[in-house]
Amino acid sequence: MKIENLKKYFPVKNGVFKKSEYVHAVDNVDLEIPKEKIFSVVGESGSGKTTLGRTVLRLVEPTSGQVIYNGADITKISQHKMVKFRKKMQIVFQDPYNSLHPRRLVKDIVGESLVIHERITSTEMLSRVKDILGKVGLNEDHMFRYPHEFSGGQRQRIAIARALILNPEFLVLDEPTSALDVSVQAVILELLKKLKDEFSLTYLFITHNLAVVDYMSDFVAVMYLGQIVEVGKKDDIFSSPMHPYTYALLSSIPKPDPKQKRATVVFKGEIPSAVNPPSGCRFHTRCLYAQDICRTEEPRSLEIFKGHFVKCHFPLNKK
Amino acid sequence: MAVVLKEKISQFVEKRRPVFEDWKHTLYLWRRTKLATIGTVIVLIFVAIAIISPFIVPYNPLGQNMNQRLQPPSFQHFFGTDQFGRDIFSRVISGAMIEVEIILIVSVISGGIGLILGVLAGYFGKVVDEILMRATDMFLAFPGLILAMAFAAMLGPSLVNTIIAISLVGWTVFARLARAEAMRVKNQPYIEAVTALGASKKRIITFHVIPMCISPVLVQLTLRMGTVILTAASLGFLGLGVRPPLPEWGAMVSDGRSFLLDQWWISTFPGIAIAIVVLGFNLLGDGLRDIMDPRLRR
Amino acid sequence: MSKNLLEVKNLKVVFHTYRGTVHALDGISFDVKKNEKLGIIGETGCGKSVTSLAIMRLIDLPGEITNGEIIFDGKDIMKLSENLLNDIRGKDISMIFQEPLSSLNPVMKVGFQIGESISRVKKSSMKESRQDVLDALEVVGLDPKRVIDLYPHELSGGMAQRVMISMALSTNPKLMIADEPTSALDVTIQAQIIALLDDLVSKMRNTVILITHDLGVAAQFCDRILIMYAGNVVENAKTDELFENPLHPYTKGLLKAIPKIGNRGKLVGIPGNVPDLVNPPTGCRFHPRCPYAMEICKIEKPSLKMETSDHGVACHLYG
Repeated sequence: MKIENLKKYFPVKNGVFKKSEYVHAVDNVDLEIPKEKIFSVVGESGSGKTTLGRTVLRLVEPTSGQVIYNGADITKISQHKMVKFRKKMQIVFQDPYNSLHPRRLVKDIVGESLVIHERITSTEMLSRVKDILGKVGLNEDHMFRYPHEFSGGQRQRIAIARALILNPEFLVLDEPTSALDVSVQAVILELLKKLKDEFSLTYLFITHNLAVVDYMSDFVAVMYLGQIVEVGKKDDIFSSPMHPYTYALLSSIPKPDPKQKRATVVFKGEIPSAVNPPSGCRFHTRCLYAQDICRTEEPRSLEIFKGHFVKCHFPLNKK
Repeated sequence: MAVVLKEKISQFVEKRRPVFEDWKHTLYLWRRTKLATIGTVIVLIFVAIAIISPFIVPYNPLGQNMNQRLQPPSFQHFFGTDQFGRDIFSRVISGAMIEVEIILIVSVISGGIGLILGVLAGYFGKVVDEILMRATDMFLAFPGLILAMAFAAMLGPSLVNTIIAISLVGWTVFARLARAEAMRVKNQPYIEAVTALGASKKRIITFHVIPMCISPVLVQLTLRMGTVILTAASLGFLGLGVRPPLPEWGAMVSDGRSFLLDQWWISTFPGIAIAIVVLGFNLLGDGLRDIMDPRLRR
Repeated sequence: MSKNLLEVKNLKVVFHTYRGTVHALDGISFDVKKNEKLGIIGETGCGKSVTSLAIMRLIDLPGEITNGEIIFDGKDIMKLSENLLNDIRGKDISMIFQEPLSSLNPVMKVGFQIGESISRVKKSSMKESRQDVLDALEVVGLDPKRVIDLYPHELSGGMAQRVMISMALSTNPKLMIADEPTSALDVTIQAQIIALLDDLVSKMRNTVILITHDLGVAAQFCDRILIMYAGNVVENAKTDELFENPLHPYTKGLLKAIPKIGNRGKLVGIPGNVPDLVNPPTGCRFHPRCPYAMEICKIEKPSLKMETSDHGVACHLYG
């Protein structure tokens, strides 16, 4: 998938007479997601990563820009034509408790796409639902139950089954394990890895947890206030982060090892509002290395090493 | 052959067990709420009587017998007779059937219209919503009974017209309810999920939004059944409803007005019937609302 | 014994629900030494939040404390009257919660709320306390003159949590209980808050109980850690000791399930689900998911035994 100049601005409803303000949720994002790889987008609140995930599937209409899937620009087609693409592009949401319809049986929830996209008899639907549930580690007894009878981890499995039943190629995973306990998260992440290989999937994996990113991804993009500040191969990003924000993220994570005490560099300041983002480089208000030019001029995205891009006037670690 | 069938049935039940468990739980809560139980019992008796009325009436409810006019309650005539010699007991019992008809049809029509219009307004919002809101405002500007009287007067007194008039008054409440619920539901993640699957708006509304909106509407329907009977009775009382000689309870109360002092039974028994049945529905509706309360369920 | 600020002995808490009685806490015991920073770690349903509420006797119907002694500073909390308890709550023991915005009154200015808690302790008027409020705000890293007149909804999550901390510490409590104080915050903000807490607590020498599901945070902040599972304390050890030498199979499972940056190994989750506390498993509540389960584990609940003088574990593998 290629994302070019993607923008999504949400208008802030501000009364009749005020000038309209916009939340710059996604602000000029360029990404290339290679086939059958796991591409992670990581960021904190206000980074726009969730909006990016939804805009790419046109669950939220982009304000401008292109999303090109397998050569076809899916931003310009009608929602009606989009339905065909939806067979190939699916999403798993963050909230296992609210992403399944509470009054429908699991079999109907998982089998819904079959009913929508294909003419299928009910026996055939049951057998295909059974198959896919088996692949995510559930069995046929679970088909005739309601979502509230399951734990969070199991519900996510149901959501994954729902997304996979039509054999898609591309899956957006919006913080799929953030609402789950650590022990369950491990199981689901392993499952996702297994399924990716089994179904030859491409993942757009959205999360705020860098440790999960390290575990899962092939490529990483770091987002801050609607922009991609650094993108590259996972190993490159983790071994030599070049953007101060990436470095801040990495050093802020409390390591589960008492012998490695917290980095003494703690970045000050709050995350600015996305309605009025700071001028110049958006990170300058919190950046320890900010200089005058950072306040006035927005940095361009530079390719420092092959495939490793950073949007900063003074990238760190120039080898 | 029978064995195979039994096998299939038990498999079916086993597979659907969680669905039944859910109902069992509802039943359990039902029994625990005493008021709901009493209300249900009253309503069930009422409906049962209505259904079997043709078989248990001792006399023809429409049959006049001038020899027996104005007889007080006795073993031959449990509730006495009216000025035309008709047996009040038979009339009250057959009247139940009429009331049931009215309630059922009014509920279906006003509930149905309200549900659909409300869901459409809530889901699509903006223009559709505005239009619906102004429409409900117009209807709600008048007190319910007055409006019903106006419609009934326009259409003329008859059973069918009574039903139409009451339905036209009642739908607004359900529309508002359905609209509020639809607005809440449409932003839920599971709706977004189903859109991502490729569902058309039609499908989403029919299979996902409407099912969530049905419960509050159903509860409200039950709560309002008492009001429906009262309205029908009022219309009947005023002569705007069911035409004589049909034994509609309100009309019967009206019939006995001039005889109230000496032959009190002509108005009183249908009046008591109205009171008991309305009470039953109200208790049932209250209990239902408590049961549906998600806090109690969980 | 006077070294212990808090001693909890055999605490049992149940909740009465329509489905039956939930055995939330199954007789837990632990001590907290003066000036110690204790961490209570567990996943969903383990009872850690219930424990903190029980210590302050904030358990209301349908819950009830059915057994146990809670000795705080020499006094048995279970035997105190409501009046004396109110004296302790907020003054000697203070608490901060996960959602700071829900814990603050939305219609009162921040300064007023902090002032309230200070005046209560110092028995001064609100006007007199204004300087104290300004000081309290400054100590937690907020701009006092600006923040004192703000309403809670005008604060970001991090700022609101700082206000909570300032309120909690303004009375110089002997014990501070922090229930998942950073779980709702972004990673960079979390680092700030933990650093702040660490700093303040070491200056003011309070005793802290930190409740969290995040082993990383606990590793960085706590001196000692309790691991809870399904209403029981399963392991109790100094932080270094716990990470170096975990004894309980659940602890081992948790440590293996956490994704760590740089770790190339597979993540191993713990199969199965958290047990239903209405009908908990017999014997050791962890046995259905334990890879080392023996016959005795199904029958007899293991009690917490101290392996060495300072490392307790509740498991039949260890006698």
